[in-house]
Amino acid sequence: MLSVDNLHVSVEGKPILKGLSLDVGPNSIHAVMGPNGSGKSTLAHALAGRDGYEVTSGTISLGGKPLLDMAPEERAGEGLFLAFQYPVELPGVSNAIFLRESVNAVRRYRGQPEIDAFKFLALAREKMKELGISEDMLKRHVNTGFSGGEKKRNEVLQMALLEPSLAVLDETDSGLDVDALRVVSKNVATLRGDGQSILVITHYERLLEYIVPDVVHILVDGRIVRSGGRELAKEVEEKGYAEYMAQAA
Amino acid sequence: MSEPDTNVMAEADVVSSQYKYGFISDVAADTAPKGLSEDIVRFISAKKNEPAWLLEWRLKAYRHWLTMPEPEWAAISYPPIDYQDAFYYSAPKSGNKPESLDDIDPEVRRTYEKLGIPLHEQEMLAGVAVDAVFDSVSVATTFKKKLAQYGVIFCPISEAVQQHPELVKKYLGSVVPYTDNKHATLNSAVFTDGSFVYVPPGVRCPMELSTYFRINAANTGQFERTLIIADRGSYVSYLEGCTAPMRDENQLHAAVVELITLDDAEIKYSTVQNWYPGDEQGRGGIYNFVTKRGACRGRNSKISWTQVETGSAITWKYPSCILQGDNSVGEFYSVAITNNFQQADTGTKMIHLGRNTRSRIISKGISAGNSVQTYRGLVRVAPKAEGARNYTQCDSLLIGSKCRANTVPYIESRNRTALLEHEATTSKISEDQIYYCRQRGLSTETAVSLVVNGFCREVMQQLPMEFAVEAQKLVGISLEGSVG
Repeated sequence: MLSVDNLHVSVEGKPILKGLSLDVGPNSIHAVMGPNGSGKSTLAHALAGRDGYEVTSGTISLGGKPLLDMAPEERAGEGLFLAFQYPVELPGVSNAIFLRESVNAVRRYRGQPEIDAFKFLALAREKMKELGISEDMLKRHVNTGFSGGEKKRNEVLQMALLEPSLAVLDETDSGLDVDALRVVSKNVATLRGDGQSILVITHYERLLEYIVPDVVHILVDGRIVRSGGRELAKEVEEKGYAEYMAQAA
Repeated sequence: MSEPDTNVMAEADVVSSQYKYGFISDVAADTAPKGLSEDIVRFISAKKNEPAWLLEWRLKAYRHWLTMPEPEWAAISYPPIDYQDAFYYSAPKSGNKPESLDDIDPEVRRTYEKLGIPLHEQEMLAGVAVDAVFDSVSVATTFKKKLAQYGVIFCPISEAVQQHPELVKKYLGSVVPYTDNKHATLNSAVFTDGSFVYVPPGVRCPMELSTYFRINAANTGQFERTLIIADRGSYVSYLEGCTAPMRDENQLHAAVVELITLDDAEIKYSTVQNWYPGDEQGRGGIYNFVTKRGACRGRNSKISWTQVETGSAITWKYPSCILQGDNSVGEFYSVAITNNFQQADTGTKMIHLGRNTRSRIISKGISAGNSVQTYRGLVRVAPKAEGARNYTQCDSLLIGSKCRANTVPYIESRNRTALLEHEATTSKISEDQIYYCRQRGLSTETAVSLVVNGFCREVMQQLPMEFAVEAQKLVGISLEGSVG
């Protein structure tokens, strides 16, 4: 599925990821945990191909295809989805138009026929029903005036519609209270399709109580310093990152 | 239709990167000699078989025009226009009065088909009557019979001069006098055709009226003249759309549109303007110097202008409302897009004369490339306009770092009870927005198109549905290559 090998990434000339390697198999959930400044979000954006995240060495492949020469939209077509930590507002752009444009862009990339307005609405309504999201959200403008919880749920809705092979959740818990977190996490679990893998990037363990990982990685100073099972997350929650940071230093 | 459904169907699909409608069709033109003189004015008038009073009016305009300097106050620059180096009359050879669509020059029809507006389909389009202007002479008028049942007159203005001289004589030049400004005065002297609409008292026009203008013969200035009169208690919605073929020389286009509403009448005038804007280096393109003005003569009357301006090398255009009748309402909704080396100086004038008159201005300017764009708007409240209100909102969106956007509002209030509001914003498309869209699989160009259409939404909503789709596509096409 996802294979990251010895990845080095600089932002504005400053090295952030310093030889990160990671393998996520099909149908599995991995978590990357780390303190502030360890490179968690850099990993997310480097995977998605954001401008300004310069890969100085290493490789990334998804489903066996190398991603580094691909534009962000091509990576999306290949099945990479990034749920943003701060979903971006698009004033005046209706969610319905945006979602359908996205779905059809990805379908075109995959050589699938586009779906028409009526089929799309039916599909969106079905997913929204499963998520318990009001249909009003289709009429509203993308993320504009949404609460923190609504923004994150809108990300999950997009994930459900785009059917990625790998979903990267970047600090999906940030800005959410416990109730909202529970709803969003449950949504992720509910909507996860067959064979889909998830990479959860988070500072805190609490999200992992709802989206239970198969493997947990600890990221410190641009490298994975330790990997283990679910219990590793608990350990971090109790002891903090200090021990790993000391090791890395 | 409910909102999300129509929005989804009205979505923009971005097509080719070149000016899509750039082609020249080969129609032998029946052309007046090059240049401008009293003889040319007489030639045009004679071609149209006009009555003496109209020739006299044209000649007065021509003589006045000779005394007028070129207006220089707008934030646009262009080399001096050689008015003697242009043709002022050309007509397609097939003649002036086709009996049916079959009588139309097949080449003309093919041109329309390339534009995606085949007439035989338009005839069937729900509720749209089309008075197609090819070059300067109207070559097709449809749905005339249905309109006639309601007493609505919709015909080429040259025909109205023959058939309804009393209406033309009464209203022509009554809103835009022949002395108004250099471009309008030139139009008064040499206008060749355009549309005429009269809606009788109490009639709600049963369909949207639409006209497609098109510049065709090389070096032919376009001087369209449109006159729309909504009599007491009537309503009409008029759509105007333009595309032009690609060419190298600049072309002068100086149209005049006059609207008149009497008591309780309403005119809604919508434009999607896509004249050839010149190439990426700024060569060629249309000079679009238009005078559009409406007079709300009657009480409780309303005039609403909606425009989507994407084309032309230079745009000089201020659709305006004179709010004469008490409680009358003027509206101006505008999207102007400039890219590459385009220049646009556009806005509106709201002149409040009557009591409790209200106006609303929503202007959305998008500048990209090396373009320059100016919003220029005047809100004037006369001493007797008790309780006048205006709301103005001017938003500018910049794409890239080489373009410019100016906002020049003029506010003149001579009545203490007037309430005038003005809001203005300037923003840029953020990299975050583009990246977010691309992560969802959209190309940069689709992302720009979406964000810009979102920015323009309040104005696009004012357009009739069939125009909204076309306009959204145009927005995408106009901005291709402006980001990335």
